[in-house]
Amino acid sequence: MSVRSKVIEAIQQIAREQHVTLPALSDDLSLHETGFDSLAFAILVARLEDETGVDPFTVSEDVAFPATVGDFVRAYENVPA
Amino acid sequence: MSPREIFSLRDHLGAELTGRTLSDAHDLVSLTDILSQTVLGGRLRELSGRAVLLKLSDQLRSGLAMIELDGIARRMLLCPPDLNPTHLDALIADAGIDAVVTDEPDIWAATGVPLVVTARLPLQPAEPAKTERATEWLMLTSGTSGVPKIVGHTLEALTGAVVAEGPARGPAPVWATFYDIRRYGGLQIFLRAILCGGSMVLSDPHEALADHVARLNACGVSHISGTPSHWRKLLMSGSAAQFRPGYVRLSGEIADQAVLDGLKAAFPNSSVGHAYASTEAGVGFAVNDGLEGFPAHYLGNRNGVEMKVVDGSLRIRSTRTAHAYIGRNAAALTDDDGFVDSGDIVELRGDRYYFVGRRGGIINIGGLKVHPEEIEAVINRHPDVRMSRAKSRRSPITGGIVVADVILTDGTDPARAKDVRDQILYQCRAQLASHKVPAVIRFVEALDVTPAGKLARTDA
Repeated sequence: MSVRSKVIEAIQQIAREQHVTLPALSDDLSLHETGFDSLAFAILVARLEDETGVDPFTVSEDVAFPATVGDFVRAYENVPA
Repeated sequence: MSPREIFSLRDHLGAELTGRTLSDAHDLVSLTDILSQTVLGGRLRELSGRAVLLKLSDQLRSGLAMIELDGIARRMLLCPPDLNPTHLDALIADAGIDAVVTDEPDIWAATGVPLVVTARLPLQPAEPAKTERATEWLMLTSGTSGVPKIVGHTLEALTGAVVAEGPARGPAPVWATFYDIRRYGGLQIFLRAILCGGSMVLSDPHEALADHVARLNACGVSHISGTPSHWRKLLMSGSAAQFRPGYVRLSGEIADQAVLDGLKAAFPNSSVGHAYASTEAGVGFAVNDGLEGFPAHYLGNRNGVEMKVVDGSLRIRSTRTAHAYIGRNAAALTDDDGFVDSGDIVELRGDRYYFVGRRGGIINIGGLKVHPEEIEAVINRHPDVRMSRAKSRRSPITGGIVVADVILTDGTDPARAKDVRDQILYQCRAQLASHKVPAVIRFVEALDVTPAGKLARTDA
């Protein structure tokens, strides 16, 4: 499974659990518009860390938290393996 | 002798009670003639009036030495097996120790302790001794890092609950505990066995659980106690099937409904009760209605035990509490009114109080305080869960999130893990505030339990 589909699937799973109705997840959708609160993002980052072995927001201090779904996915895609 | 009569353990042992034994995995000692025998090589007189460190590698000799020393020594400090040896010097200084009873005399020969007495089996014949004084019993608190605190008790305080409960009905009980008898929970069972005319089967840390249970069966154990973690381990082991104790007791950790129900199902013909006790507060109460928590009317004064709730924490005043912390810089053990603050946080729901966790065990989730025990109690309600541990994990987004490690019951199909996870999360969301719902649930094979029998929370 590609990194992108892993991220999207985790977002959808958490949305189901949190009863969040997601809009279509296009790359330029701002994270704010997903309807996720900070707790939902914290869960997402923790689960992706377990699944992919990386937490791109902790490894480096200069990584800014992404603004859009596309930025978020790329943060995982760009982590050196 | 003071005008008031002083009793020591030897006054509860007499040759008229035959067939009583104290045993471990290797040895069995008859309690019938114990008063005319010695585990101290006949050197009890030398220990009269001394402050004695009891530092033995096994419980059997420790128990026999307690029987012999009580009423003779000025004080005795019980060392649990997991005591960090680097803390010994501080403890010896704080307790004013001037003698040690040990099975490793060579180690002690070069230390500054003036008197070293070796405890050994088999017992040797000795003249029976008479009670001279009320010996002070010193115990160590468990669970804290750093030097443990020394807690001072009298035999009268330690046995307050035993005397209040009265002798067991029916045939003399055979007691056992998963605890070590040098800890408060285990000592309570040892004292019951001595005072109530029974026998006792000691645990052995090196023995496999199945072998331990086989030994409990062979010895006809009727009454047994342990922490909820001890009991969950037994329920997981598959060894419970051959075991039929009459009375099952839990203490030392929160007994949630899941473990009470699990024990009731495993031992349908046993009484299952949970007791509230701590090294400092002594035995508070026992709950025998099969339900978690305790009835709200237990607050106030009940059988000489007074309880109140201050800032959510249970406070206890009774003749069973310890009388002081011992040592140069010892803090006060009670508040100005003589109440011990247990640090156990309770919550009133309906007409019952429920334990939600330890004040010191709170984890911080995004600035909100969370008791991991409260989350575990909800997770443990799932029928496929045997045991769980909630803890915090750093999060770059909220600072911290809750994660949970879960052990499934034997025979849970691994293919169902995803469904079980979803059901646990559903259950948690229905019953807990959103920040308390675990973000991640991991299924694990085992969870660490401390030597004191409590779920290890070192990284909490």
